[in-house]
Amino acid sequence: MNTWLVMLLGGFITFGMRYSFVYLLGRYEIPGVIRRALHYVPPAVLSAIVFPELILQDGNIDLSLGNSRLIAGLIAIAIAAWTRNSLLTILAGMAALIIFQLLGL
Amino acid sequence: MRTSFHPFWAGVRDELPLLIGVFPFGLIYGTLALGAGIPIAAAQAMSVIVFAGSSQFAFAQLVHESTPALVILVTITIINLRHMLYSASLAPYLQKLNLRWKILLSYLMTDEAYAVAILNYERTGGDAGGHLYFLGAGLALWTTWQGSTALGLWVGAFVPANLSLDFALPLTFIAMVVPILRNRPGVAAALAAGIVAVFTYPLPYKLGLILASLVGISVGVFLEGRVERNTMPGEGEK
Repeated sequence: MNTWLVMLLGGFITFGMRYSFVYLLGRYEIPGVIRRALHYVPPAVLSAIVFPELILQDGNIDLSLGNSRLIAGLIAIAIAAWTRNSLLTILAGMAALIIFQLLGL
Repeated sequence: MRTSFHPFWAGVRDELPLLIGVFPFGLIYGTLALGAGIPIAAAQAMSVIVFAGSSQFAFAQLVHESTPALVILVTITIINLRHMLYSASLAPYLQKLNLRWKILLSYLMTDEAYAVAILNYERTGGDAGGHLYFLGAGLALWTTWQGSTALGLWVGAFVPANLSLDFALPLTFIAMVVPILRNRPGVAAALAAGIVAVFTYPLPYKLGLILASLVGISVGVFLEGRVERNTMPGEGEK
């Protein structure tokens, strides 16, 4: 499948979910357990993408100080928890990685 | 005070503070989509067709890693599932509108527009101008998202490849996730999903991503159920 087709389908699915209950109201109600599950979707999916990016180096687990992406990521997590400022988090993480690379770590 | 504003412009005005946060995300999305090898036209069209930030970031990342189409679609679906929650919560206020309005406002139902629109509906009890307010907030966000994507695509063409800019993707996700981790089940869901994702990474078709997400979501729901049995009901709602 090419990029355009995936994108069109992705857009169709996304719109379908936005429109779903606006269309269905009065005919169906979300079960409580699904409603609760939806709250955990963003942290679960996004963490599942982030962790391997930080921890795996060439497919191997690397928890050492020599893993500059892990250290820069941990710095970003600390900044995010402390400031809750997304732009600052991204800039600090990028700056940390670039500095580590310049230092040859 | 508020009534002196046309509801449309009141929606635009109340959306403005959120736009400051959205603009850099659009900029980074444009830059990264280009870096992931997505054609300029497709990257911009994505912002129009899907119009949902975090799923667009995931899309760029997965295309970059040559992930199979089906897995990309499942991932987009999981990430965007939360819109069903918004849909359910806004539905009572949209019932009296005609089909064209329902479709238009559903299309504009992003995290940021939802947040502003639902607060207004709850504040006003769903009076006559609510849909115009929603439209103002939604269009303000739409315009900002398209503009920042375009600017990112333009800037991205000048960014040298050796700058490790791909790292901005996980950083963006960190910036999205950490502030919403407000309780123990949320943190546990994130950690469980992350750890499972690391160990299931070698699985084909990025199935590990889906498996890890499902484990994380289950852990969150399970722990929340346990917490709720020990506290008063009604707490823990967003």
